Amino acid sequence: MTEISRRRGAGALRRNTLWCWAFLAPTLALYVMFNGWPIVSGLYYATLDWSGLSSSKEFVGLANFVEVAHDPYFWNSYRNSFTFMLGVVPIHLAIGLLIAVALNRKDLRFATGYRTLFFLPVVTTAAIVGIIMIFILAADGPINQLLLMSGAIKKPLDFLGNSKLAMGSVIVISGWKNLGTNIVYWLAALQGIPDELYEAATVDGCGGSRLFRHITLPLILPMGAVIALLNIVGSLKAFDLIKTMTNGGPFFATDMVATYIYRFAFSSEVGVPRIGYATSAGIFFGVTIIIVGALSNTLASRIKANSAK
Amino acid sequence: MQVRKKGFGMAALHLVLIAVLIAWIYPFVWMVGASFKTQAELFADRLGLIPASFSLENFIRAWSLANFNQYFLNSILVTASTVLIVLTTTSTAGYVLGRYNFAGKKIVTNILVASMAIPLGFSIIPIYQLLKILHLTNTRIGLILAESGGANIIFILLFAGFFRQIPKELEEAAIIDAASFPTIFRRIMLPLSQPIIGSVTIMQSIWSWNSFMLPLVLTLSTPRLRTLAVGLYALKGENSVDWAAIAAGGTISLLPIMIVFIFLQRYFVEGVAGSVKG
Repeated sequence: MTEISRRRGAGALRRNTLWCWAFLAPTLALYVMFNGWPIVSGLYYATLDWSGLSSSKEFVGLANFVEVAHDPYFWNSYRNSFTFMLGVVPIHLAIGLLIAVALNRKDLRFATGYRTLFFLPVVTTAAIVGIIMIFILAADGPINQLLLMSGAIKKPLDFLGNSKLAMGSVIVISGWKNLGTNIVYWLAALQGIPDELYEAATVDGCGGSRLFRHITLPLILPMGAVIALLNIVGSLKAFDLIKTMTNGGPFFATDMVATYIYRFAFSSEVGVPRIGYATSAGIFFGVTIIIVGALSNTLASRIKANSAK
Repeated sequence: MQVRKKGFGMAALHLVLIAVLIAWIYPFVWMVGASFKTQAELFADRLGLIPASFSLENFIRAWSLANFNQYFLNSILVTASTVLIVLTTTSTAGYVLGRYNFAGKKIVTNILVASMAIPLGFSIIPIYQLLKILHLTNTRIGLILAESGGANIIFILLFAGFFRQIPKELEEAAIIDAASFPTIFRRIMLPLSQPIIGSVTIMQSIWSWNSFMLPLVLTLSTPRLRTLAVGLYALKGENSVDWAAIAAGGTISLLPIMIVFIFLQRYFVEGVAGSVKG
């Protein structure tokens, strides 16, 4: 109870409580519609054989989940989602930290300008970047032309059309697109370290790489764990870049769970949409993400507890 | 000697950074350059960035023939409305959660925070069905509502944290003047929260402008409601040969948001950094 409301007595307090709920109402309404309802109705849809177009729904129990678990294409997309995540997250963490350390140097001029440029891809529309990249990475596109001219390759590489190269290509593009966010995260972590610590260590005769290993790294590790968690969950949900760049191809080589679900729920490629089946695949994967998130979270708090000692 | 060595290292660092950054932003520079080139020139000189002559031909083609005028308007309308709704809902919610104690506050906070764990991957299907039940699919209002309904908990927490640390005296003076609850919020508290309003506005603008999955799904059968991202995707699907028009469409879509970012980046970078600290 705040002092104000105490002074004004019970009537004012009740009125304030009503106002509080009135102020929360719009948020709660949106929340019920777009966060609560999807969970409840999603669980229901998952038990239906339903196209979403007609009113004819058939209750099928857990049959959708059984079918998802038996579909090799689902497991292919599942594996791809994790391959993608395992490719993108280390790029984001390691290269992001490297650049952040460089930009964090007090004596580096134009640091803000550099940061702006590194961050630029982050603010651009992933779907549009994906489309532009089709041309940039095409067999007759600028990257191949550069590689051919420099003599690095003899034949153009089909970065997105070759099923051996496609996954690597989307990982690199995705790594580039979102690295700026991680640079800013790491910079925030680095700027949390008090200067006195460095000064004291320098006086003690500690230099560059030892300073980094013994002072910087232990201190930023706890936040690094949070950054890793954000990246893991974020990359498992990736859709926009994949959808526009490869649409899951070639031959499902970059098909992620998100594009798999989209195909069954909204695309005409597979005939009549299957809302129930797509939802159950989504729930299956959603549960995976929650488990992976919880595991990384436990790991993160253990790292935090350790470094606090 | 020591100083000269250090200066050399610094110069090398600048050189490396500049080299990396040239490659870093090459795709955007290429896109803008290509949007002024003729189709023939584009294919004759794939690497080059500077067009032989600056022709607006591609922009005219994208703008009127490929309906980018409509898409641009849609993106502006959706983004502006979403920002207004999100600012209203998150500032009011953040205000009461940050400043008042009331029955049920803890539960509300926990429920809102829990939303961060939900992967949109499957909630898009129920959201589509919900809008269908409400007869809001294929309407702009449906898209705006769905865009505003995403997990805004970070913004609510930003506002709550800000309002929490405003001294009580400010409010007490207003109460003596018999100002009502909403008046105190609107006249005293909201104007103070300008830095947060700035961060939320720019972050939400960029998110809405860049949003793809929701507008893609919600405008599947109404091309006239497409946003820029969905419009460009459709243009690529219909016509994968006209790369010059696609580059122009991409420039129309990306340049505004890049310019907004460069001018207001302080707010954005602070917001992003704040979200990981919190």
